Amino acid sequence: MAMFIRVDLDPALQGDAALCKALVEACPVDIFKSPAEGQVVTVEENLDECTLCDLCLQAAPGKVTVVKLYREP
Amino acid sequence: MRFYEYESKRILAKAGIPLPKSHFCTTAEQAREAAVAIGGPVVVKSQVLSGGRMKAGGVKFADTPDEAAKHAADILVLPIKDLLPVGVLVEEKQQVVQEYYAAVTYDGRAKRPVIIFSDMGGIDIEEVAEQHPEHLSRTHFSALRPFSDYIAKTAVSNVGITGNDLTALTRIVSGLTRLFLDRDMTLAEINPIGKLADGRIIALDCHADMEQEAQRQHLDLLKDLGLVGDEKRQARPPTDFEMEAERIDGADPRGVAGNLTEFDGDLGLIIGAGGGSLTLFDAVRAAGGKPANYCEIGGNPSVSKAANLTKLIVSRPNVKKIAVMMNVVSNTRVDIVARGVVKGCIEAGFNPAEKIALFRIPGSWEGEGFAILEKYGVPYVDRTVSMDEAARIAVENMKKA
Repeated sequence: MAMFIRVDLDPALQGDAALCKALVEACPVDIFKSPAEGQVVTVEENLDECTLCDLCLQAAPGKVTVVKLYREP
Repeated sequence: MRFYEYESKRILAKAGIPLPKSHFCTTAEQAREAAVAIGGPVVVKSQVLSGGRMKAGGVKFADTPDEAAKHAADILVLPIKDLLPVGVLVEEKQQVVQEYYAAVTYDGRAKRPVIIFSDMGGIDIEEVAEQHPEHLSRTHFSALRPFSDYIAKTAVSNVGITGNDLTALTRIVSGLTRLFLDRDMTLAEINPIGKLADGRIIALDCHADMEQEAQRQHLDLLKDLGLVGDEKRQARPPTDFEMEAERIDGADPRGVAGNLTEFDGDLGLIIGAGGGSLTLFDAVRAAGGKPANYCEIGGNPSVSKAANLTKLIVSRPNVKKIAVMMNVVSNTRVDIVARGVVKGCIEAGFNPAEKIALFRIPGSWEGEGFAILEKYGVPYVDRTVSMDEAARIAVENMKKA
């Protein structure tokens, strides 16, 4: 269970094979995986490894939100 | 890399230091043959890397070859501090009329090598230093300039030795020092050097430690001793705790979170940063703390690696709290380590606010790191608090518990 980071994905990502692939390839700590062509999900056990590098935000602009749970009240 | 006594003596012999006749043996029969070859009373000595051999029954005197064989048979199966000997050294027994001590090592405070010499050998040199300081000399020298016999002579004469003894001892101390420098030793020690009834002066027992990283430069010597490069020697076998830490470190290539050594204290340490781990370990002890372990963390370990190391340490029954401390770090993310140690505590069933005595890692991404610590109520300090002061605070918080 991730304690520090949550990653929210825009449902519009599903079906966009290029963006899904870009996300999987962009993350250096394997937070994204593609269970099928045109789909992307987050890997729960890797979420806390997020280095806040923003590569996912650049790979899929506006479609990914990284939430720092420790900054939330 | 620590050498066994029989190996150290072979190294000393190459340096021209006089030694008693001796044979390394791995069976009782070999010990009998060695005693026959020596042709007189012998001493049979366990070859283990730990100290305290005499008290443990690992050193015995024999007047006959049969007695030597019997002692060897006993010693070969006698563990000393949980270590079985790799063999025995059967050595000519000597009639000693005076014992001396000589060692060459590095003085960390002076940042120079030092020759330590005493005319009270055969006993703990720390005891001599405390109770008979006038019988001990400390002579610093340069590791960069060529070594001169004059320095060795000064070390010996500083405890009042003159005449033939001064000449003979100078030769031994000079040889030991050149060996120390030429072979990248961290310690070269002879204790005791014995003056025999016939006036000869020889090395009776010795101890040599080579810098681990220098082994590849001395393959000629190691091959002569029948050793291969990169051999690791430890004074005791690794504990389960240490092996599990090594497994955690090896399982994930990201950064370092391991190299753990177990101690019997109650304050777990997760420490590091360019020598910071050694400084912090010493600082904790200087503040009256009792470390449960030494370990190293750095080079940006993953959250899971830091968490697994933390879980391992906090799960030890003797560990009451942990201190997570580093020097200012640029190559290790503060927030990643903070996540790891907080997560490790929680996964082990502890409240990080109670289990972590202090977190002191200033450096990259410290703002995010401190936010995590505040969220979980973990006490922390920033770079305005020195490592010494942080260690003191950690020990104080530990004592409050």
